[in-house]
Amino acid sequence: MGEKVVLDAEDMRRTLVRIAHEIVEKAGGRSLAIVGIHRRGALLATRLRDLVAELAGEPVPLGNIDISFYRDDVGMRSPGDSPVVHASHIGFPLEGMTVVLVDDVLFTGRTVRAAIEALFDYGRPARVQLAVLADRGHRELPIRPDYVGKNLPTARSERVFVRVEELDGDDQVAIAEEVAA
Amino acid sequence: MRKHLLSIDDLTRDDIERILGRAQSFAEISGRTIKKVPTLRGRTVINLFYEASTRTSSSFELAAKRLSADLVNVKSAGSAVDKGESLKDTVQTLSAYDPTAIVIRSPHVGAARLVARWTAASVINAGDGKHEHPTQALLDLYTLRRRAGALEGLRIWIVGDVLHSRVARSNILAFTRMGCDVTVCGPPTLIPRGVEELGCHVAYSLDGIEKADVIYALRMQNERMTGAFVPSLREYAARFQIDGRRLGAGQLLMHPGPVNRGVELAAEVIDSPQSLIVAQVESGVVVRMAVLYELLAGGGDPGDEMSSLPPALVRPESVA
Repeated sequence: MGEKVVLDAEDMRRTLVRIAHEIVEKAGGRSLAIVGIHRRGALLATRLRDLVAELAGEPVPLGNIDISFYRDDVGMRSPGDSPVVHASHIGFPLEGMTVVLVDDVLFTGRTVRAAIEALFDYGRPARVQLAVLADRGHRELPIRPDYVGKNLPTARSERVFVRVEELDGDDQVAIAEEVAA
Repeated sequence: MRKHLLSIDDLTRDDIERILGRAQSFAEISGRTIKKVPTLRGRTVINLFYEASTRTSSSFELAAKRLSADLVNVKSAGSAVDKGESLKDTVQTLSAYDPTAIVIRSPHVGAARLVARWTAASVINAGDGKHEHPTQALLDLYTLRRRAGALEGLRIWIVGDVLHSRVARSNILAFTRMGCDVTVCGPPTLIPRGVEELGCHVAYSLDGIEKADVIYALRMQNERMTGAFVPSLREYAARFQIDGRRLGAGQLLMHPGPVNRGVELAAEVIDSPQSLIVAQVESGVVVRMAVLYELLAGGGDPGDEMSSLPPALVRPESVA
């Protein structure tokens, strides 16, 4: 199956810098926090937090959440895999904060729905925004991102690969060719 | 993992590792202000307890509630069981409510296995007579690993009334499966014949217990003793009680509770920093959450959006 690289490492860096600028601009002086969705969303959130903090000139709290226990397809999946559930960590009060949720790919919207539900178990933020590196469409829920790195019109059968240096040794977003029928 | 948890023998080492890892994830939830996740929303769990229980029943109840399951508690006292209804009829009646899981505690060996034949629900053995208590063994493994770091190679002495103890049987199986070196110790009358076949050593005195990393004391189960197994509790205590002299520096102490203070354990060791007894109780909720999750929620991949995709199209970057 061939792959087409749509963002290389430099593209990804520039994209994250642009998103960071947009976040700071849109925040308008409000208290910001960045919360990443495990796994790659959490890694991208760390980079975004550093960029946002530098631009804003003040520390920005960083958290991460795992949505495994908030999924809406529990019991519908086949057993067998041994999923690793990552601990969630939000070590600051959410009240009054503008929380930017960060994920790598936005697809059906179900992960984001679960993440918002998980987030509210920690507190009641003033507002929640969504930043994604790639939006591949095919939404099944009314979820709309506030910050998008790249819109990727895809067929449902295509696969999107987000690779990050921390896990994969390289930064890259790629689309795999459509699976042959 | 299988549909039911009836015995530690149902679990491979990988199954156990997965449950312990999952319990660690649930520990994070138990530390939150809102100790609840929606994972089992809409599922029904029935706690069917035919024996008195504080720790096991309350921790199963909390575990189910923290996973947002609907919970029904049925105790034999005050129920139709009091009126003579058989276990089979009770289970079939409760099964009409379409439970996802039935947690059964019974004084009879094999009760959980029978219940599994009579219901479509997952069945969890919360103690059947003197046979097994698998979730106790799992929480003991979890507690011990958190404190000791690793289980492989630990030398564990299980001391006391092994004959009447379902905890002992499950723990011997669980500890040996995880690579521990297990010795059971007690008066000959309280050591079941052929227990070595479970993979443990046998000792009839505390000589050599100083070599143990962990001392796991068992309760003298007077309610299950139909004859005179020891001359007196005082004599038993003189020979087998773990006290400040017998608990060496660096050794860890465990006990499934409830403790007969002054019989199997002296008060001074129960409250010592070497005692994991309170930690065992704390572990009960998260380990039972993990068991409910494994049985009722199934495996699968976390944190991604491929629920509507066939397996071949799962995004590989999401596979943890």
